[in-house]
Amino acid sequence: MKFIVCIKQVPDTMEVKIDPKTKRIVREGIPSIINPYDTYALEEGIRLKERFQGESIAITMGPPQADASLRECIAMGIDSVILLSDRAFAGSDTLATSYTLSQAIRKISDVSLVICGREALDGSTGQVGPEIAEFLGFPIITYVKEILNIANGFVECVRLMEDHYETLKSPLPAVITVIKEINEPRLASLKGLLKSKKANIPLWTKNDLGGEDKSYGQDGSPTKVADIWAHEIKKEVKIIQHDEPEQSAEEILNQIKDWGFAIKWK
Amino acid sequence: MEIKVISEKCNGCKICIEKCPFGAIEMDANGKAFITERCNLCMVCVKACPVQAIEAIGERQKKTSAEGKDIWFFAETKRDKISYVSYELLNFARNISSQINQKVCAVLFSTKSKGEELSQQLISHGTDRVYLVEDETLAEFRHDIYVCLTANLILKHKPNIFLASATMLGRSFIPQVAARIKTGLTADCTDLKIDSKTKLLLQIRPTFGGNLMAMIMCENYRPQMATIRPKTIDEAPVIPGYKGEIIQESYKSFSPTCRVELIKKEKTEQTIDIQESEIIVSGGRGLGDGKNFDMLKKLADLLGGVVGASRAAVDAGWMPYPHQVGQTGKTVKPKLYIACGISGAIQHLVGMQTSDYIIAINKDSNAPIFKVANLGIVGDIFQIIPAMIKKIENNN
Repeated sequence: MKFIVCIKQVPDTMEVKIDPKTKRIVREGIPSIINPYDTYALEEGIRLKERFQGESIAITMGPPQADASLRECIAMGIDSVILLSDRAFAGSDTLATSYTLSQAIRKISDVSLVICGREALDGSTGQVGPEIAEFLGFPIITYVKEILNIANGFVECVRLMEDHYETLKSPLPAVITVIKEINEPRLASLKGLLKSKKANIPLWTKNDLGGEDKSYGQDGSPTKVADIWAHEIKKEVKIIQHDEPEQSAEEILNQIKDWGFAIKWK
Repeated sequence: MEIKVISEKCNGCKICIEKCPFGAIEMDANGKAFITERCNLCMVCVKACPVQAIEAIGERQKKTSAEGKDIWFFAETKRDKISYVSYELLNFARNISSQINQKVCAVLFSTKSKGEELSQQLISHGTDRVYLVEDETLAEFRHDIYVCLTANLILKHKPNIFLASATMLGRSFIPQVAARIKTGLTADCTDLKIDSKTKLLLQIRPTFGGNLMAMIMCENYRPQMATIRPKTIDEAPVIPGYKGEIIQESYKSFSPTCRVELIKKEKTEQTIDIQESEIIVSGGRGLGDGKNFDMLKKLADLLGGVVGASRAAVDAGWMPYPHQVGQTGKTVKPKLYIACGISGAIQHLVGMQTSDYIIAINKDSNAPIFKVANLGIVGDIFQIIPAMIKKIENNN
């Protein structure tokens, strides 16, 4: 039984600053991290392996520098990792990315479950999980908050929708995407850190993955980014500071009433 | 294809570095730009360079021009009613249709007893045609069945554009439909436009944690698919006397099967969807503790609203995730949004800035939340909110 965790190395967008003068994004010194949503997928992969035996494997598609994120996975407790990197993967949108990841997963035998985070911090599309499921022909359960059991070739999960939970049962192998309610990711252990430093990170290129050339990278990507600009907010603002909270409260209530809301107070 | 900098032409202005969506351009020791391995060949820098110092070597492969007609949207239902998000999609679809003169069509999955009635509702709001599939299994969201029916309908009728809402349901199954059709899908758009020359769909979405806006195109594949973030546009209003047609599609002809079994369905602890509320009182890090949300709950109750929370407050465990407003939570567009002790990180602002009226209360007069507020009060929430509550209660 193998548990495959798909991760992405992303710029830490929480560290992003906008230059107040030029209104442009300051990119210098933004660290690269494992997509925070993927850390829940990693933790779940490690827990499933501990619970049901087997092996946890993390894979990522990215530039050679993504090697650093895979070492972090090992430090956390993931058994083995694979880096998918090739100039031919450049220009991949979610469709080509999913194809590349699914080709790698096909090469791994005895896969029970593919685990993805709900979305990536930078692109926030959430599309790669469902698209991998399609390419592999596996059933998928999205937004999983709890894995109840894996037994007799089935996985039973609870997933979150906007206003309800669903308990679902899927045959294996399957794909799941997980939300942060599912667990609390562990920190790297000292032993793990030592192991990660020494680890040899296998590199798979397009030649290793096989499949159709035209499905990779830019040729396999129907969408393209046509333009990009810094998000600016312009609005007329009235800012007020009163000495007494009573005055502030009055000001707010008056304003709400002026805007046409039915509200009464004394 | 490869992107290269022509060193002789580069004047070191760094505009390309700022424009690059992938952070793939750096300056070398001689003050010239160079392209790193992070390059995604998106060509944004080629267009952005003021001195034409960046060139693409080798052409992007051209595909035969794809064919497609009409603008489709997936009409989501909730408890046997048309969901408000369907009318938002319809509004976007109608805006586009006026520019490319194509019909607006809905895809509707329903139980047998409701199909006709729900179709007529979509038509009365301005839908030209409804592709209706009826079956008792369609009362619930069954992932495999939804993918099968939607993909088959697209393959059968070949629409030009396909829109769905970026709800948890849409975000779950629409990507799989796109992968089955092998076309492009842009997630979570906040605006759609038509390119006046090419008539292509310009799909605009926040990215990079809401710090950047990106425009995405899908040139050579059809349909051009996008999911649309809820609450970024008003619902399409009723158009009296609007006429449309209903096309019945046979459920059985597509022989859908579902591999995943639904065992149980239960309500979440909170049954209020904050996206459907007209008034939201939201709290952030400034609340300092989960128990202080009681104060916001009281004010929200008195105003007839619900409580929202910033990511910081949810991460701290003060409020459950369904209350989270922002890029990684929900986008809301209430009539009134009161932000209490929320500093206003961009990722929060993108989730609430289109609210009709915004009031912000914060101790720090420099807090970015004041940039989006109609009324900003610099002050202590622990004094001002109880004062508001007391004044309203005095009246009752």
